[in-house]
Amino acid sequence: MSRAETVSAAVRPRPLWTLGLFRDELRTTFRRWRTLALLGVLAAVPVLVGIAVRIETGDGSSGGGGGGPAFVSQITNNGLFLVFTALAATLPFFLPMAVGVIAGDAVAGEAGAGTLRYLLVAPSGRTRLLLTKYATVMVFCLAATLTVAVSALAVGALLFPLGDLTTISGTRITFGEGLVRALLIALVVAASLLGLAALGLFVSTLTNSGVAAMATTVGLLITVQILDQIPQLHALHPYLFSHYWLSFADLMREPVHWDDLTRNLGLQALYATVFGSAAWARFTTKDVTA
Amino acid sequence: MAPYESDDTTTAGEVEEPRAGRRKAARYVVPVTVMGVAAATIGLVPALADSGDPDLPDITAAQLIDKIAQSDVERLSGTVKITTDLGLPNLGGLESGLLSGATGGEDGEGGSSADPSGRLTELASGTHTLRVAADGPDRQKLSLLENAAEYSLIHNGKDVWGYDSASNEVYHATVDEAEAEERSAQQPPATPKDFAEEALKAVDDTTSVKVDGTAQVAGRDAYRLVVEPKQSGSTVGAVSIAVDSETGMPLKFTLTPSSGGSAVVDIGFTKVSFDRPDASTFEFTPPKGAKVTEDTEQDRGHGDFGGKPERGPKSEEDLAKGFDGLRMLGEGWNSIATFDTGAGAGLPTEEEVGGDLGGFLGSLGDQVKGDFGKGTVFSTRLVNALITEDGKVYVGTVTKDALVKAAEAGK
Repeated sequence: MSRAETVSAAVRPRPLWTLGLFRDELRTTFRRWRTLALLGVLAAVPVLVGIAVRIETGDGSSGGGGGGPAFVSQITNNGLFLVFTALAATLPFFLPMAVGVIAGDAVAGEAGAGTLRYLLVAPSGRTRLLLTKYATVMVFCLAATLTVAVSALAVGALLFPLGDLTTISGTRITFGEGLVRALLIALVVAASLLGLAALGLFVSTLTNSGVAAMATTVGLLITVQILDQIPQLHALHPYLFSHYWLSFADLMREPVHWDDLTRNLGLQALYATVFGSAAWARFTTKDVTA
Repeated sequence: MAPYESDDTTTAGEVEEPRAGRRKAARYVVPVTVMGVAAATIGLVPALADSGDPDLPDITAAQLIDKIAQSDVERLSGTVKITTDLGLPNLGGLESGLLSGATGGEDGEGGSSADPSGRLTELASGTHTLRVAADGPDRQKLSLLENAAEYSLIHNGKDVWGYDSASNEVYHATVDEAEAEERSAQQPPATPKDFAEEALKAVDDTTSVKVDGTAQVAGRDAYRLVVEPKQSGSTVGAVSIAVDSETGMPLKFTLTPSSGGSAVVDIGFTKVSFDRPDASTFEFTPPKGAKVTEDTEQDRGHGDFGGKPERGPKSEEDLAKGFDGLRMLGEGWNSIATFDTGAGAGLPTEEEVGGDLGGFLGSLGDQVKGDFGKGTVFSTRLVNALITEDGKVYVGTVTKDALVKAAEAGK
């Protein structure tokens, strides 16, 4: 790592220095086997879905009949729909679980391994370190989503025809516009995970055990997903971070239906601010002994 | 402690323990404040948005009804939110299964999931978001927004398309120009305008109509027209219609029951624009691989555009034409439809059916007694029905007592 030389080069924190810290963080995170394994699992999901749909409809019948994840009935006619189906299939669990692991490990993992002290010796300041950690988790959210999307696009192009597509409102758009929408959807899905990322980071500052933080974050995710299914708690639902996750499909309407999309993004911003500042309050006052 | 352990905590602060403790606690003020501000914003924003009742010149109820009648909005696009709470027992998925099964059965076949008759019955319960677009009498589009899917009904010139994106199924029918005119009038009552027209048909001397201030609906200034039955005994408490002050188009329709509580039917634009919608909105070509169900002439006539949700009391007279031996009792809002099932016996009792079904049906209604003998009353929040022992049926938007009285008088 190049931390030692940057410390000697800059005594006071500078923007460039923060960038260096961020780069180091990214490198450490994305070089871990754990991260690569998570991305590998995410990339495998569209492959499985694609092959399953291909086998199911191999005899010429059109698939689905309305069941299964969103958009699944359109995949046979247009491979691009595999991107939407794969994101709809991974968003409820696989994607947030991966984010929970990375976010939960961010601070607690360093504390558990005894490396947090050394990070704090550098004159970066805790706030800066925490922001860097959160930025790294955000990059992971985007990377994870894009992994699913790109893998789905590749599998979709290999197994199914591509071309102009019909939006769910019945209007037609060109393949190029479809690609733009797919990218937008990937960005919205990545942004949907930011609330959970902040929650995971907060949990991560509470404990010195990386495993405990990951388990708590993933446990909270499952709890919230279950609460979101109980109709008696409908008054609570709009405040659960996962409630509007599947609203990304509204981007496939013509014209786009923004109501739930903006609600989702607002809710994620709220969670990010509340738990981000709670993590800051905790981390900047914590006694770091390991 | 390391000297650089935080930007803003000095080493001096660390030494003095009590102050440090207070400092620690002080930092948590930030997330708590954020939460508080967010909660306040969520609570306040609707209240603030609600407060501005627009100032509009005074208008009489008659003038306003005239305005609605003269309104000839041909181009619009918007989002409509429909909430219906008829107080039917919540049967969950079973309910829609039964409803679509009932309409599907009429055609003698299951039909396509893109068939409009089955789909629009879904509107009869729960909350739904619709999108409407219209450009003249020849081009209309109605979309029912679902989770990650949409059901669209598109009328463009000669073609009527139904597209269900969840199952990728298409329904297609053709209409000739003359018929198209008539069919556009037959469109399901999905917009506040359709419902308002039904309610205003019911206006007669048994009804009080007044203008009750103004309101903002979908960002537009509107008058509020309140229609109330004068007689007691109706389950209809009041019908409130918000009418756009510029175009005279009804923007919101609310029917509150006389028993109080939430509205039975609440239909309103959440967004509306009177500009010409994009022409591509009405263009539809079935996607590759979609299953297309063609609707032939003879199949239509009945069942298409079916599934009309609750209508005003007068529409029961339309219904009357369909039934032999159906009579109307009373007038205005308190009219009760009655007919003899001719079965000689009303609802099969538990002993007759011998199964769970009889008990199940009985448990849904209330047993009543009167001069007419015994009977069962089935109630919803709007419509009540009385089935007597000897097979007579009384239905109306009236209270249970009024039904019993009508049955006693009819005896």
